[in-house]
Amino acid sequence: MLRHSFVIGKPGLAFGRVTGHSSFVILIMTPFFFWTASALMLIFGAAVIVNRNPVASALSLVVSFLGLATLFVSLDAFFIGIIQVLVYAGAVMVLFLFIIMLLDLRAEERRRINLVAFIGGGAVALTFAAQLFAVIGHLRSAKQPFPPLAANRPDDVHGIGLLLFERYNLPFQIIGVLILVATIGVIVLSKRQLR
Amino acid sequence: MVTLGDYLFVSGLLFTIGFAGVLLRRNLIIIFMSLELMLNASNLSLVAFSRFRVDSLGVPNYHAQVFVFSSSPWPRPKWPSGWPSSSRSTARAGRPMSRTSAV
Repeated sequence: MLRHSFVIGKPGLAFGRVTGHSSFVILIMTPFFFWTASALMLIFGAAVIVNRNPVASALSLVVSFLGLATLFVSLDAFFIGIIQVLVYAGAVMVLFLFIIMLLDLRAEERRRINLVAFIGGGAVALTFAAQLFAVIGHLRSAKQPFPPLAANRPDDVHGIGLLLFERYNLPFQIIGVLILVATIGVIVLSKRQLR
Repeated sequence: MVTLGDYLFVSGLLFTIGFAGVLLRRNLIIIFMSLELMLNASNLSLVAFSRFRVDSLGVPNYHAQVFVFSSSPWPRPKWPSGWPSSSRSTARAGRPMSRTSAV
């Protein structure tokens, strides 16, 4: 019984060792899942700026970031994907607080669209997109597939952590000081409002 | 087969959506959400390039992922297990690496 299960378990192990992927990533690296996650991300990203109700926009942002986390996982960046889900759950909670405190849950009233500003802004965005896609189209390495990864590579938490706390130790501490300054700024501003 | 260009294309589309939101909307919170969309579009292209630049050990380029990570709050990092290389500086620092590196 034990021996039988050992023999059965062997090819799966060898398979994972050759490709360097878990079966989950193999499933997700297929073009169908890639385009599904991309469509999810882009449609709900467009819903963020189309919706008139800010709460609906915030909820669309959550779904868009879930699609983005799926894309991160399909790029073997498990740590970044999980951080994406965890951090932006908190960030969206802060957004909800902003909406409730600042807007008082009022939907934006329907104002007349300034047609010139709308056309101008849309033209600027479309020009930007056209330039971006022209650059990507001329990029030669954009047509190559991704190279395979080693099966016995470290966790990406290991790699990122070593790099962050050794090579990028000084920028890390500078960012910490920056966040401290932002915290003090919040306290100072809210105190001034009370006075 | 999904290539690097597909990821860059999707990332550029998401960036354009965020850019259009910043240009077209008046609501401050919606503009903030559009800025988040642009930030995450650039994160996606950074991670795609990180996956594309695999070094000779078969490890993706983690420098880009450190940049992505720096735009997020930091959790406490987990102690790694069982990776023999790049342990030179950690062994010098006297961390308990020798027990796990034999695995």
